[in-house]
Amino acid sequence: MGIFGNFLKKFLKALFAKKGNVKLGLYGPPNGGKTTLANKITMDWLGEEMGSVSPIAHETREIQIKEQVTIKSKGKELTFSLVDTPGIATKIDFEDFIKAGLEEKEAKTRAKEATKGVIDAIKWLDDMDAVVIVLDATKDPYSQVNITIIGNLEARKIPVLIVANKVDLKKADIKKVQAAFPQYDVIGISAKYGTNVDNFYESLFKITNK
Amino acid sequence: MLTLQYIPYSEVGNLGSEKKIQKLLRVVQEDKIILLEGRLANNEKSELIRKTMEQIDDKFKGIEIEELDIDRKDKAFLEKIKTVLINFIMGSRRGLTIIGPASIIKEIKKDPDKIQLFTEESKRKRK
Repeated sequence: MGIFGNFLKKFLKALFAKKGNVKLGLYGPPNGGKTTLANKITMDWLGEEMGSVSPIAHETREIQIKEQVTIKSKGKELTFSLVDTPGIATKIDFEDFIKAGLEEKEAKTRAKEATKGVIDAIKWLDDMDAVVIVLDATKDPYSQVNITIIGNLEARKIPVLIVANKVDLKKADIKKVQAAFPQYDVIGISAKYGTNVDNFYESLFKITNK
Repeated sequence: MLTLQYIPYSEVGNLGSEKKIQKLLRVVQEDKIILLEGRLANNEKSELIRKTMEQIDDKFKGIEIEELDIDRKDKAFLEKIKTVLINFIMGSRRGLTIIGPASIIKEIKKDPDKIQLFTEESKRKRK
């Protein structure tokens, strides 16, 4: 990162620090439902959506920030900046996007942007105060992407909450996610239908020590 | 034809993280599947993902990676103490890491004590 990049990073950090906000990151593999959850949170507390969702992977390719999100639960209040990040992956194949219906040029652009998105998401790990890992509960939780993200957060002593999303689907297996990460709280939710989100909000107070 | 390349710990143990990752990515880009003795540190794995993303193009699609932990989690207290001591002495030498090009390895499944590796051809047969 160049001098300007470092300056910008310090400036943004100072700006956030001034507001005394917690930076809450949504991390996870692509298509786990990070943006669906971000939209649920911002719709519930700000009345507006945060980003677009798509069945085609890597829809979120840039860091999205929504500042001053205040949630309330049982007389408590928590204000944070919500940071929705691009899905972290070890591979990105433009041909997968073509198979999903995109034109070749569009697919190649999406792949290029997605690789940059992954790099940015990794860079931003350092700046988080707390992180929600959003996993698709119908998928295998033992992936190296999941283990790497959580291991890096653990090394940085950043509090983690794991969300097993898509519990509305038959194949969802919360117990498997819990078995994969026994040292963390795992909350099963459906961000799409709002199932169990009250428990999720309550858990946010716990990981941010509020 | 699949080419497996075994990389003993002695070959990368003395390298700094950057050189280690460069070496691993170079081998993967030769369309070889690496069997690495030991495991990468968490920061090395995130750096490997970052470097992989930088190198993705029309030909190189990225990597598949999985590691096999040889420590059983449900063992007795004394066994756990023994493992902690061994890990302290051996460091990241314990376990096994598989890294391969995503164009060849379509999926690696860990369940959690065994690893299944699906290539493009085996995936086609499963369908």
